[in-house]
Amino acid sequence: MKNKLYFRIMKKLDSFTLNIEYGFEKGVLVIQGESGAGKTTILNCISGLTTPDEGRIEYDSTVVFDSCRSINLPAKNRSIGYLFQSYALFPNMTVMDNICYGLRNKPEYKDKKKREALISYAEYVMNTFGIYHLKRKYPNSISGGEKQRTAFARAIAAKPKLLLLDEPFSALDEDTKEIIYKEFKHIKDFFQTPAILITHSLAEGEMFANQRIVLKHGRISKEAKAAV
Amino acid sequence: MLSPIILSLKISAIATVISFFWGVFFAYIINKRDIPCKNLLESILILPIVLPPSVVGYILLVVLGKRGIIGSFLLERFGIQLVFTWVGAVIAAVIVSLPLMYQNSKAALVSIDPIYEKAARTLGSSEWRIFRTILFPLSWPGIISGTALSFARAMGEFGATLMVAGNIPQRTQTIPTAIYFAVESGDNRLANSLVFIMTAFSFVMIYTLNQWLKKKNYVGGKG
Repeated sequence: MKNKLYFRIMKKLDSFTLNIEYGFEKGVLVIQGESGAGKTTILNCISGLTTPDEGRIEYDSTVVFDSCRSINLPAKNRSIGYLFQSYALFPNMTVMDNICYGLRNKPEYKDKKKREALISYAEYVMNTFGIYHLKRKYPNSISGGEKQRTAFARAIAAKPKLLLLDEPFSALDEDTKEIIYKEFKHIKDFFQTPAILITHSLAEGEMFANQRIVLKHGRISKEAKAAV
Repeated sequence: MLSPIILSLKISAIATVISFFWGVFFAYIINKRDIPCKNLLESILILPIVLPPSVVGYILLVVLGKRGIIGSFLLERFGIQLVFTWVGAVIAAVIVSLPLMYQNSKAALVSIDPIYEKAARTLGSSEWRIFRTILFPLSWPGIISGTALSFARAMGEFGATLMVAGNIPQRTQTIPTAIYFAVESGDNRLANSLVFIMTAFSFVMIYTLNQWLKKKNYVGGKG
């Protein structure tokens, strides 16, 4: 089914084995748990940055990893938008170049007409995130909140099939967090991309989750469906 | 006096260009890609730093000489002789400057936070594009340092060059060999002039490089 995400991941880590199976159809899945519980490893396995020892990962009717069938799509072919905890904005590129980075990897970017449409879309995303005025600035000259918005816009602009958000609010101060929360709620409804959000904050979990799981030592210890 | 200066600049420039490409290439594939025998390859690359120049020169002489594996092949098939030519001096300069280029490029590349590569991969980028658009620009200051040091090393190369290329005026005589033979023959005026030129040139290069590096406000680390 379109938008459906299913993952079964077995990965041996230093102190325990991550063993998890879960599936959801749409909205936001929030993963919570102590540090070192295996949350980021799940995102890395889904995105293709880490290879699980065993398992199967499927979303949007595409199997991206299946250990039984030796399927393992590289990260670049998985259409994932990954928002890293440290934002990972390329310091040698302007905000505009950061946001267009994923678009330039698309085959249609070589076509002049389609390229213009992609750039217009990037500008539209920048406007939606309120960062259009920063387009010529470099990451080291913008604030934490602006970096967060830029990283989010970059992930969205590449039109991913799935969004992975690794503690995206943790580096923000309380005032900025409140603003970004509102924007995130609006944007998540607006772009309708299914997402997995990792957060330590219970409040964030309740605010954004359609479904919520709590991880302990690599296994699901609690599961809940939330009405958002 | 001009001939050794021009020849030294020519040999060093060519050797630096070759070291630049190979140094960056090896630094990338050894430290950023999954290839077999990384340690072996790295050890071979760095070996000329720890070996005395005369040993490097002797090995090159054995390999590139008329009876050497490569030397005899080139001479018989193409009529090309490498020893006692300026090309031989270029090869000697490449061998001794490549480790410096490699080490600086490696240090610059490994100091870049791997999160940028991960982000680029999730954005659909190929490894070549990641290198071209992220790794290379972010490691540029380190690569420039390596290039300058390689050039300086190639300019100052003496032992290996003397063994492979000899000291033929107008043909293979570089600044260091010219200084050595000027001192030996008691021509202090020539030796002093060449020493002054070499020192002034190296000082200006290092000074300019340091000034430029200070101006670079972003580094390849956490940005």
